[in-house]
Amino acid sequence: MKEKSEITEKYLGLYKDNINKISGISSPFINSFRAPAFEKFSKLGIPSKKDEAYKYTNLNIFFDHDYENYFMPVPADFIKAEEFRCEVTDLDAYGVVLLNGFYPTLNEKLRQLPSGVWIGSLNAAAVQFSDIFEKNYGKYAKSETDGLIHLNTAMASDGVFVYIPEGVHMTRPVQVVNLVQSDDDTFNQHRNLIIAEKNSNFSIIICDHTLSPQKFLTNAVTEVFVGENAHFDIIRVQNEHNNACKITSTFIHQEKNSVTSSNNITLHGGLIRNNTYHYLGGEGAESYSYGLFLADKWQHIDNFVNVDHAFPHCTSNQLFKGVLDDMSTGAFNGRILVRPDAQGTLAYQKNNNILLTDDTKMDTKPQLEIFADDVKCSHGATIGQLDDDALFYLQSRGINKREARLMLMFGFAHEVIQNIKIEPLRERMDNLVMQRLKGELSRCASCMVKCM
Amino acid sequence: MLIINNLKASIEGKSILKGISLDIKPGEIHAIMGPNGSGKSTLAAVLAGREDIEITEGTVTYLGKNLLEMTAEDRAKEGIFLGFQYPIEIPGVSMVNFMKTAVNEHRKHKGLDPLSASDFLKMMREKKELVEIDSKLANRSVNEGFSGGEKKKNEIFQMAMLEPKLAILDETDSGLDIDALRIVANGVNKLKRPDNSFIVITHYQRLLDFIVPDVVHVLYDGRIVKTAGKELALELEEKGYDWIKKEIENNVTT
Amino acid sequence: MEKDQDKIISDVTTSEYKYGFYSDIEMDRIPKGLNEDVVRLISVKKNEPEWLLDFRLKSYRHWLTMKMPTWPNLKIAPINYQDIIFYAAPKERKNLNSIDDIDPELKKTFDKLGIPLQEQKHLAGVAVDAVIDSVSIKTTFKETLAEMGIIFCSFSDAVKEYPDLVKRYMGSVVPYTDNFFATLNSAVFSDGSFCYIPKGIRCPMELSTYFRINSANTGQFERTLLIADEESYVSYLEGCTAPSRDENQLHAAIVEIVAEKNAEVKYSTVQNWYPGDKEGKGGVYNFVTKRGMCKGESSKISWTQIETGSAITWKYPSCILRGDNSVGEFYSVAVTNNYQQADTGTKMTHIGKNTRSTIVSKGISAGHGQNSYRGLVKVLKNATNARNYSQCDSLLLGDKCGAHTFPYLEVDNSTAIVEHEATTSKIGEDQIFYCNQRGISTEDAIGLIVNGYAREVINKLPMEFAVEAQKLLQISLEGSVG
Repeated sequence: MKEKSEITEKYLGLYKDNINKISGISSPFINSFRAPAFEKFSKLGIPSKKDEAYKYTNLNIFFDHDYENYFMPVPADFIKAEEFRCEVTDLDAYGVVLLNGFYPTLNEKLRQLPSGVWIGSLNAAAVQFSDIFEKNYGKYAKSETDGLIHLNTAMASDGVFVYIPEGVHMTRPVQVVNLVQSDDDTFNQHRNLIIAEKNSNFSIIICDHTLSPQKFLTNAVTEVFVGENAHFDIIRVQNEHNNACKITSTFIHQEKNSVTSSNNITLHGGLIRNNTYHYLGGEGAESYSYGLFLADKWQHIDNFVNVDHAFPHCTSNQLFKGVLDDMSTGAFNGRILVRPDAQGTLAYQKNNNILLTDDTKMDTKPQLEIFADDVKCSHGATIGQLDDDALFYLQSRGINKREARLMLMFGFAHEVIQNIKIEPLRERMDNLVMQRLKGELSRCASCMVKCM
Repeated sequence: MLIINNLKASIEGKSILKGISLDIKPGEIHAIMGPNGSGKSTLAAVLAGREDIEITEGTVTYLGKNLLEMTAEDRAKEGIFLGFQYPIEIPGVSMVNFMKTAVNEHRKHKGLDPLSASDFLKMMREKKELVEIDSKLANRSVNEGFSGGEKKKNEIFQMAMLEPKLAILDETDSGLDIDALRIVANGVNKLKRPDNSFIVITHYQRLLDFIVPDVVHVLYDGRIVKTAGKELALELEEKGYDWIKKEIENNVTT
Repeated sequence: MEKDQDKIISDVTTSEYKYGFYSDIEMDRIPKGLNEDVVRLISVKKNEPEWLLDFRLKSYRHWLTMKMPTWPNLKIAPINYQDIIFYAAPKERKNLNSIDDIDPELKKTFDKLGIPLQEQKHLAGVAVDAVIDSVSIKTTFKETLAEMGIIFCSFSDAVKEYPDLVKRYMGSVVPYTDNFFATLNSAVFSDGSFCYIPKGIRCPMELSTYFRINSANTGQFERTLLIADEESYVSYLEGCTAPSRDENQLHAAIVEIVAEKNAEVKYSTVQNWYPGDKEGKGGVYNFVTKRGMCKGESSKISWTQIETGSAITWKYPSCILRGDNSVGEFYSVAVTNNYQQADTGTKMTHIGKNTRSTIVSKGISAGHGQNSYRGLVKVLKNATNARNYSQCDSLLLGDKCGAHTFPYLEVDNSTAIVEHEATTSKIGEDQIFYCNQRGISTEDAIGLIVNGYAREVINKLPMEFAVEAQKLLQISLEGSVG
């Protein structure tokens, strides 16, 4: 067993000091996961660069810091968030706001949308929908290597719950806006659970924002169940300030013939690590996973994707891209596992990165582990610069160099953006990426409100 | 040479051939025409020995032997050649090596010694000239990076090398321009002898301007619905397949 | 056909190992086990100078502080280092002036392996250093080469005759602290080959070392050092076999290459250690550290390997591209059949400007074999205009084997272009049917396709060995052993 680092000790202490407080406000079912998860966390600890999966990302700079912890939301915040939610609701999406990891509605903890979909607080759902909840909570977020998943299970008490009943087709997406705002540096952990039953159709947009300049650390876990023949899309847009660290872990469990797509667009953020786990748990399932990040200054963006082909005739496809400027650094880890029975698997992965300056650094580690023989798998990775020939071609048509570079970078990024199916969002993303590439995008709440 | 009697076959439980009978004598060229999905390629594949097609009924006798009992490679060595509609690419395997192995397998089957490298190359040269294939193609990997036309010419070249008794050309003319078509057809005509036979599967009458068939069959919905002389092809070209469909429907109703 | 093909694949994957015989040669063995006295004893047996004993002891003491690495994708039974004999040599190796002085049983052994020790009988243009268990038996063409100033001899002879060269270069590319197995080798290495190509000389013949493990319970720890001085060229080949035995045998070797300005070294390996039987019993544990340093500008080191043997292969022939404009290449075919496991690949470290590297890795898995490619391409901050292209393909035969790729790309310079591509596929049924239709049997078709698949790498081998390698591939996969 590896020795526990001082940093890990700190979070062990945090748990011990506050577990009573946390348990007091949570449902008994959620609480029943805490002790075993804590056990696991104390074995695995806070990931360090010695852990293969975190080889290229140093979390210490954010974890080795004293934060204020909110284990219970403050009523005043609720009011603030309520106001915020009202603004959000005029978007063409059902809006939900999480403030510092809590579902801040005072009265209505769970509401039913016209289509029959339930949406609301995770903690409330644990009681009101105990049957469904107990069948799914904690079933998909599993890891034998990442202690942060267990730290979340041990301490998170709220987040968003969405339930899409069998056969329901949602045409309007749900938009969850994660806000962090505080007068102190804060650490928060929240947990989302999304259940899309058989034959349903559903999209969710998750936006991560920071509203005040304090140092923030967020460790969020999202579990998604996608039933037979259901279609599910998740789009995550990240726009946080340079003093914020966000670690997201999304576990998508798919039943047979289901189709899912995941899209992580990272526009801005100090240190971001997105873990996306795709489990193809039934014949004929398809999973598409996309990611784009634009990094500058001292930012560090790390995407980790794990695709698990457990059944025959499933298809998976990943496309992850990064543009690195100034002295930013980036990492990509992509693992495709094809289990022995997963015959007829088609699995593709691509990772392309552009380094704009000499001081940037990119590490990429695509991985294929294949135990079945009737498979077609490929991966490709590139790290390079803008194509000089293309640049010259554009210039020879009278486009100035700066503009030509922008066009090429935009084209590079658009390959990811174009996979967003919600048209207004796709257009909005294109605009934001363009602004970001021009260096115009600053972190602002307003961009989020006009997000669509 | 080849007698097919009431042959029925299905793929993954779906019935494709629904009772086909054919009698092909040495020296004959039979053309099989018909709309898409009528079962033409399935028939070719059955004759060549593709295992994923299930024979549900009927017999096929080739040179007095039960063809259906033989493996694909034995059929090939007994003189059946299939010109593939979509020739397969085999990366890294040179045409020379591929053909040398195939030719020597055929020779072994006939009780002949393998050809020496120089004799083999001589034979390749001769056949290349015969079918007007670009000599560079022979140095590349099997079909890899070939254009559609090159692939089809390569099939004819292989046919020339292996000197089959019964050659089945599955839409060898599809996608060819008129020059390539002429080369393919010339190859066939040069290889035609009184003791070998051809089954030419095609969509288009134009191939039959170059290769004159003795008999033309129309395959429709897994059955041969019409058999006549070469003039049938012209008629089909002119009127399409609809009149045949109507004719069949009328037969059913009357 | 499905069934037929399964049968052929099962035939194909259960072939016998042809070099598994054992020769009864009178041997000088030291007792089993490893401690400081054993290290000293080896040094005494080899009549070594003090500085080399010090190097060994330093390494041994460091080794005691190390643990066996667990990161490879391999399942390895624990190795008991006290159960291994660390030195074994054929007896009566006094001054061997002519071929007649060699034990006839030894000569027979090498004849049987197709490595005749008489120069006139040997393949024209290949000089051989034959190593059995711990010592070098005979180096052919030594005198002919010496006329050009080329030194080609056993490592032990080099220690005696060219101590300055050995001192200067040994451990300069693979330091004694490098890794668990390299450190072990540095403590107990027995023999190996030494080669020095002087300035401006193109070595006129292929140099080769043939390694044979013969004795039971004996580890083989050879060490090869190859120095190509400015403007020189050499092509070097090594081959390896071992008797079939039920227990696992340990082989932990080091190869160090130094290429000075404008020098070029081609290093080829045909590795065919005993792979174990069909049930996975026995076989050689092959833990090898191979590394080349492109020290001077415009130097080039090219590794080519055909890995068909060993129960376990753990091997990453690497290049440190320090000189500006230097070039590193790695071409590999690794076959794992039955219960073989391989975790192999390369490391390309770009330090100099305009450095280029190419990686072509072809894995073939059959039976229950597990085949992993693991590679690192690292571009350091000052390596402007570095280029790397990697291509890793895996071919699967049967449904019980596995293929894995673990490439690491670490780029710290924006002018670099690093590309990696990988594919995994099985031999297509369409391809086999196409061959069948031309009269080629399924077994031959698999042979054709596998050789076609590996051709890109085999073509990099010297002519004499390309044919050999092709045959070996067929044998390891085809059950065609007579």
